Amino acid sequence: MNLVDFLINWIANAPVTAVPYALAALGLIVAERSGVLNLTAEGLMLVGALAGAGTSLLFVGHPAVALLAAMVAASVVSLLFAVLVVVLRINQVIAGLSVVFFCQGLTGLIGTLAKWQNKQLSGLVPLKIWPLSEIPVIGRIFFMQDPVVYLTILIFIAVNFLLFRTMLGLRIRAVGENPAAADAAGVSVALHRILAIVAGSSLIGLAGGYISVVSVKLWVTGMTGGRGWIAVALVVFARWAPWPALAGALLFGCIEALIPHVAAAGIRVPQYLMLMLPYLATIAVMIWVGAKDHRGSQEPGALGQPHVREERR
Amino acid sequence: MASALQLVGIRKSFDGALALDGASFESQAGEVHALLGENGAGKSSLMNVAAGLYAPDAGSISIDGAPIALSGPAAARQHGIGMVHQHFKLVKPFTVAENVLLANPQPHFASGIRNIRAAIEQQVGELKFSIDPDRRIDTMTVAEQQQVEIVKVLVGGAKILILDEPTAVLTDAEAIGLLEIVRRLARAGTAVVLVTHKLQDVKRFADRVTIMRGGKTVAKLDPRHASAEELTELTVGQTSALPERSPHEGGPTRLNVGTLCYTRGDGRVMLDNASFHVRAGEIYGIAGVSGNGQAELAEALIGAIEPSSGEIWLDGTGDISRAGQTKRREAKIAAIPADRYAYALAGSLPISDNLAVAQIRSGRYGSVVKLDRAAMRQDALAAIADYDVQGVRSVGQKASLLSGGNAQKLVIAREFSREPDVVVAHSPSRGLDVRACAAVHQRLIAARERGAAIVLISEDLDEVLSLSDRIGVMSRGTIVGEFERPADRQAIGRAMVDHG
Repeated sequence: MNLVDFLINWIANAPVTAVPYALAALGLIVAERSGVLNLTAEGLMLVGALAGAGTSLLFVGHPAVALLAAMVAASVVSLLFAVLVVVLRINQVIAGLSVVFFCQGLTGLIGTLAKWQNKQLSGLVPLKIWPLSEIPVIGRIFFMQDPVVYLTILIFIAVNFLLFRTMLGLRIRAVGENPAAADAAGVSVALHRILAIVAGSSLIGLAGGYISVVSVKLWVTGMTGGRGWIAVALVVFARWAPWPALAGALLFGCIEALIPHVAAAGIRVPQYLMLMLPYLATIAVMIWVGAKDHRGSQEPGALGQPHVREERR
Repeated sequence: MASALQLVGIRKSFDGALALDGASFESQAGEVHALLGENGAGKSSLMNVAAGLYAPDAGSISIDGAPIALSGPAAARQHGIGMVHQHFKLVKPFTVAENVLLANPQPHFASGIRNIRAAIEQQVGELKFSIDPDRRIDTMTVAEQQQVEIVKVLVGGAKILILDEPTAVLTDAEAIGLLEIVRRLARAGTAVVLVTHKLQDVKRFADRVTIMRGGKTVAKLDPRHASAEELTELTVGQTSALPERSPHEGGPTRLNVGTLCYTRGDGRVMLDNASFHVRAGEIYGIAGVSGNGQAELAEALIGAIEPSSGEIWLDGTGDISRAGQTKRREAKIAAIPADRYAYALAGSLPISDNLAVAQIRSGRYGSVVKLDRAAMRQDALAAIADYDVQGVRSVGQKASLLSGGNAQKLVIAREFSREPDVVVAHSPSRGLDVRACAAVHQRLIAARERGAAIVLISEDLDEVLSLSDRIGVMSRGTIVGEFERPADRQAIGRAMVDHG
């Protein structure tokens, strides 16, 4: 196996590993732009993964149905988080963590009871964009991916437009920056925060469903393996902006895609060291973010702060 | 003619504390109507009700004689009520146009921004403002941000313009410019409500004035036919004058601060060889323009920061500049910090705990294993009565629920309970109304009469002049001049700004 083949195989696989990071990070950005510190990604990805796998096993339909089920399931569970932090104004870190633990337990239980563990799913066929797919090297990397990879790029364009070029986006960002100002301007803080959480969570659910239905084609308990946490770190790295989040997701996708290829190429590196790579990269990225200056960060001004209108100081 | 805005019998309470107690207000189109009152009189609360932000517990609102119900700020805007809040309601990273668009929604973002930009430019032209619709709010000065707020309200077509303490953040020249614009708006038919606690704004710019006190409307009159004294008395109720002070006797030196230096974490020198001494039975005032090291001096004196060099020498104890709080307590220093919620009170703890904590080691409230709650309660009740702390429903109530003036009285009650030899007071009357302020000053004078050495650090020159026996002027981290009582205000003012 020569080096060029190795590189092409590796890079061609990167989008598949990058999609869950990208979608989950984007979903988190939508919620956090409304001022809600969202740590639920790991849990909601598991919900999406289980719902996608379950739908595929129960009703043998098009995988698109399974992915849709993943989005809906994560949105429904995220309503619980929305009620906790927006209506009851519970500390957003605590609420986020408890939702993650709740989802981990719940998905494990349902997956085992329904006997969905380790059952092969049909998956999605890559979409060849002919004739571009016949171009050497570039064709393999860019034009022979599964439909969700292309859809992800469309979703990024759509969310970017929604956040920065629509009234709804203006309101969501205003609620995240200065809820008191948005409130005085007649914008419902609670409504827009709930909406941002639920809409963002559908993307996180899609990220989870993609892992089980498209990428691994199995349900295994706890199969997201910390990707949700990496997405949380990605949001900080991307400074709450969609396109840098996509770039960061590609970086992590490349790192994760490297793991099986190194083993397949017969390079002798301890397996556990390789599996640790994404987390090492996360720590390195966080250190880099912490060390550079913070000008230009788009961190929402009211991130993590509940809003009460009639509060006395 | 029906009133443009009429509020009748408005009641509103927050967590059981009554903020508005049957307050009423009415204003006509074409007039500037001032709403005058002290901090906490309920002016802002009443206007927040009119702006739809607070839902009243009782009372009625009518516009042009027709009763209305306000479901929220958006409904108030539809009725032509616009409010410029004291703390601006602007989204900092947004541009002017985006902020105005947020408050005046349009169906589509792109065309909305275009329409709003045109509307802003029209208003800016009429008002002779100089704001660019595409500038970000966080690059603008406070006065410019205020212009944005006014434009925002006028673009929405407000017929009733409420300005909450608009001159508080402006220089004198800016304030006059603003109030002239306000007069012009009134001439054009707008009903302007000017919420303020400044008498001169009322005298110069208002056609009528409504005065509030303790959540109630107490008077409504024409300011041109009332003297400043009458207005003050109506706003404040009766006040007590400062107690008589015995002539200064120059006791022994109690506190000596010698060549105190402190460099902040970012490398800026905040204290640069500051030296002064305070005798027993003396109030030593420190005046100066804010940010010349007064905050750091106060923090060094109360032990919140450790000076890099120099000494704080106490009669009978020695140098305490690096001593811990226990040793300072033993040396009988009382601290009244500027930020009472950061340094002086634990807001979420009960009042009784806040009072008892200073003497917890003395054994007065039980030992390490047993806390004597009854004694704490008894002492707390005595202190509350003695120091006239208002708004206490029980001694188990959280300290943070007290208003500013009463929280300050609580701090003083605790600090003075041990009959201190040295008192360090930093801006002790900041944010307090006239009556609470007078109470604090009486306590300081009483401590002086008892023979304590008092350091009074304040940016309010009137406070320093009226209380101090000697005044040190602080500039660039050091004392640049000392003045004996009665001090010349002009000379002190010059010393504050001339140095260097």
